[in-house]
Amino acid sequence: MSVEAKRRTMSLNLGPQHPATHGVLQVVLELDGETVVKATPQIGYLHTGIEKTAESKLYYKVIPMTDRMDYLAPMSNNLGFCLAVEKLLGIEVPEKVKYARVCLTELTRVMSHLVWVGTHALDIGAMSMLLYAFRERELIIDLYEACAGQRMMTTYFRIGGLAYDLPKDFDQKVKEILKKVPEGIKDYERLLNDNKIFRQRTIGVAKISAEDAVSCGLTGPSLRGSGVNYDVRKALPYGGYEKFGFEVPLGKNGDVYDRYLVRMEEMKQSLKIAKQALEGMPEGPHIAHVPGVVLPPKEDVLTKMESLIFHFKLITHGFDAPKGAVYQGIESPKGELGYYISSDGSNKPHRMRVRPPSFVNLSALPRMVEGGMVADVIAAIGSIDIVLGEVDR
Amino acid sequence: MGLEEKIPDGIMLTTLDKMVNWARKRSMWPLGMGLACCAIEMISTFASHYDLSRFGMEILRPSPRQADLMIVSGRVSRKMAPVLKRLYDQMPDPKWVISMGACASCGGVFNNYAIVQGVDTILPVDIYVPGCPPRPEQLIEGILKLFKKVEQESLKDKKEKQVKRLG
Amino acid sequence: MEEKIRKFMQENFSDGIVREDDFRGQQSFYIRKEYLLDVLKGLKEDEDLRFEFLIDICSLDWHGDSEEANGRFEVIYNLFSLKNKYRMFIKVRLEGDNPEIDTACELWMTANWLEREVWDLMGIKFTGHPNLIKIVTPDDLVGHPLRRDFPLTYEVPRFSWNKDDPPEVIL
Repeated sequence: MSVEAKRRTMSLNLGPQHPATHGVLQVVLELDGETVVKATPQIGYLHTGIEKTAESKLYYKVIPMTDRMDYLAPMSNNLGFCLAVEKLLGIEVPEKVKYARVCLTELTRVMSHLVWVGTHALDIGAMSMLLYAFRERELIIDLYEACAGQRMMTTYFRIGGLAYDLPKDFDQKVKEILKKVPEGIKDYERLLNDNKIFRQRTIGVAKISAEDAVSCGLTGPSLRGSGVNYDVRKALPYGGYEKFGFEVPLGKNGDVYDRYLVRMEEMKQSLKIAKQALEGMPEGPHIAHVPGVVLPPKEDVLTKMESLIFHFKLITHGFDAPKGAVYQGIESPKGELGYYISSDGSNKPHRMRVRPPSFVNLSALPRMVEGGMVADVIAAIGSIDIVLGEVDR
Repeated sequence: MGLEEKIPDGIMLTTLDKMVNWARKRSMWPLGMGLACCAIEMISTFASHYDLSRFGMEILRPSPRQADLMIVSGRVSRKMAPVLKRLYDQMPDPKWVISMGACASCGGVFNNYAIVQGVDTILPVDIYVPGCPPRPEQLIEGILKLFKKVEQESLKDKKEKQVKRLG
Repeated sequence: MEEKIRKFMQENFSDGIVREDDFRGQQSFYIRKEYLLDVLKGLKEDEDLRFEFLIDICSLDWHGDSEEANGRFEVIYNLFSLKNKYRMFIKVRLEGDNPEIDTACELWMTANWLEREVWDLMGIKFTGHPNLIKIVTPDDLVGHPLRRDFPLTYEVPRFSWNKDDPPEVIL
């Protein structure tokens, strides 16, 4: 074989319609035999223009749009936006709201990780995992439905609190989740942890060092898999997280298997936090009393004149936010989800920037897969846990 | 009266249309393509709780060449639209399209520069499923409606339409 | 921590600072664009501060805002220090409709995609960027969607008739 022929590489197009790209991601791979020489992710196939659309919406009308970014973890998205606006307005929410929000967002994390473990194992070859994971996920979905009336796009958090009070059987439903999901997790671990195929496909694959991970801006489990201890809940506590006791699981090698272990452990920790939140849930109102920002109770609207006026004013005009810019970062299941809201003093955000964890994590993909095998690209894409709705927004 | 009385047991008479439609309806293979939020509900529909294999469609085909039902699950961006059209063209006839969710049907809450306002501007849609995202039951209802539609199809009409479409 | 950063900035880049902002407890510095790379590098490599994490780069457009006369665009660097668990912002104002700013790709790998996104959506050019091309919008889209003068939506005009093709009159 001549030198010229040896150097020739092949381009392989992975996606945008591919069962293992978790949506509409396209990766253009340059292959030398089976080795990946260069990987170029192409994104934007789900570009929705959410940031632009938010500029023309009243503040509270942006909340439903945030659901549709990271659709595996809608409550985390709601929480980030609501916290950012509350910071901008300087609103303090009641204690009960804090506990309820923590409880629900932690269950959201479990839900997101369940979908992740199902699809990731499916990509690697364990078909049955998807069915088991979705079985447990339905429990959390049921809780969502009881709270907000919607299965996925809940829009349950409002600026200043929750849309409605928690349902009567909230305790019972959460207790059922706390009982059944750990059993499920035990099952998954029995299926995967010592599974020879799974271990061979994941250990030592798509490694990234701690230094590179920080430079690439990785956050969330993908960063902690490399052993860097950065969790927004611990580093810069928000929304009442300082009251809960939990540990941040860390990996060592920064490969696919360590990221898997970190996420599995995170699920257990999340359930622990949810349990604490449920047990410590105080009595109180489900939404802060801030006239002009928070809608008055429905009974008052129907019986009292001032409440009706407030209601009308709020629905038609919204509220004027003070001039300034705030950033609120939260630990979403994928990593640090941040909302940068700049206000020019009007009733609509002047600019809403979302710091998308999936987008930044995806940018590290070439770093992980270049030099590896083509089959490992699938494992790597799965292990960074991207949601294309959030990557493209 | 007539032929039915004469023929032995185990033999039935029907029209070719009915038989072909019955076969098509019972072995529909959807294309495994997820776009956005609705894709997760679509997976839920296929997964353990709702179990779509009851209706003979448990296998999602990863390749459009083997599929005959496209479920457009989620918003279609302007960048994705040509890809979607191409996938549709690659599917062999007969083929059907379900537009799942508000975004695919009419653009949903995203009336902006980036989203195609309704997938029916680029593909012929058979069934629209409302909801944002639709519940799995709604999707199943849509699929059953599609089965009803397939049952009533006439081979001749379908063929004529095909010829007309392909020019 | 706040004092420390203030002191560091005053000592090293006193000419570069336009003003300091402290809205809702978020420390941020407006700096001149010529000093950007030096400031970022200084903050990243200082032994005490160690702002080694670039969380985000985002951009604003103050088009049509009469109060914000000093430069149309704003680029915001969101830095985080793992050592001190502290977040701060570096903001740069840019003038003109086609602004340019130095790239931070050499300091952080993550800057590559974040800057590409800002270029694609806001049209701020990063000089020295290795691969400054569109990232999320389709190739045939002209303009930068997040600019305030870009329309949110447009409707395809559908005229059913014109003067050569008069409407059917049903009698």
